[in-house]
Amino acid sequence: MEREPEISIRIFSDPHLLATVRCAIEGWSKCIGFQERSRALIALAIDEALTNVIRHGYGNQTNGMIWLHLWRSTEPRGLRIIIEDLGKVTDPSKIKGRELADVRPGGLGVHIIKETMNESVWEPRASGGMRLTLAKWLNAEELAASYPAPSNPEQPHS
Amino acid sequence: MSTPLVIKNSTIDSSAVLSPQSDIDMARAPAMREAIKQALTTKPSRLVIDLSVVDYVDSSGIATLVEALKWTREANIALSLAGLRPRVKTLLEITKLSAMFTTRPTVEEACKA
Repeated sequence: MEREPEISIRIFSDPHLLATVRCAIEGWSKCIGFQERSRALIALAIDEALTNVIRHGYGNQTNGMIWLHLWRSTEPRGLRIIIEDLGKVTDPSKIKGRELADVRPGGLGVHIIKETMNESVWEPRASGGMRLTLAKWLNAEELAASYPAPSNPEQPHS
Repeated sequence: MSTPLVIKNSTIDSSAVLSPQSDIDMARAPAMREAIKQALTTKPSRLVIDLSVVDYVDSSGIATLVEALKWTREANIALSLAGLRPRVKTLLEITKLSAMFTTRPTVEEACKA
């Protein structure tokens, strides 16, 4: 069963909007029960994902469309985010972080996303562009401290 | 909309000190990069990047710091990062770059290091 996202945001591919999105994501993840360190990591991962879309998907053009869809997940408890764009399609098998021993500027975004999120899946959209699905789960401490899970489990769009 | 990055410049002894006043992300990293290049033209003995009021750095900001490392090594200028906040420390750890940079709690200590 598909369920509509709890929150959807559409932004232009403009780097000056990243700070606003970070604030929104941090606030939302706080409501779910993520503690400060996790919230920071989630905001960082989203920021890196959007930066990649702007840089590689839209070639730094600021008028591309990016959609973020956000769900609270219940099994496991946490959040799920889908980021979609209409930019250049990339073969998912070629999306990988660089070797960290190779100290040079750039190429860190994918590594950061994979390091900070529990799930990260890139795929082409049927109608063009790319889709990135991200998930982050509450850790044991956050689970213990958070409110009970909502009673209406959902499944994000497939 | 994010505001432009304001970067304070100062000199302590023979050290050039750059103090960015807000987050360093994709939108603001180019300004930081230019400030670093400009500071190195004065040929200081040390470049100190004071991150004490910077709460957030993304991979664009990290890339700029790595460029600074490369440029200072080439010019035989010492580089220190001062006043790192927890989020910035975490990012350096995630990217396995912590050991690459000399870090100090304060600008004053960085200038003496």
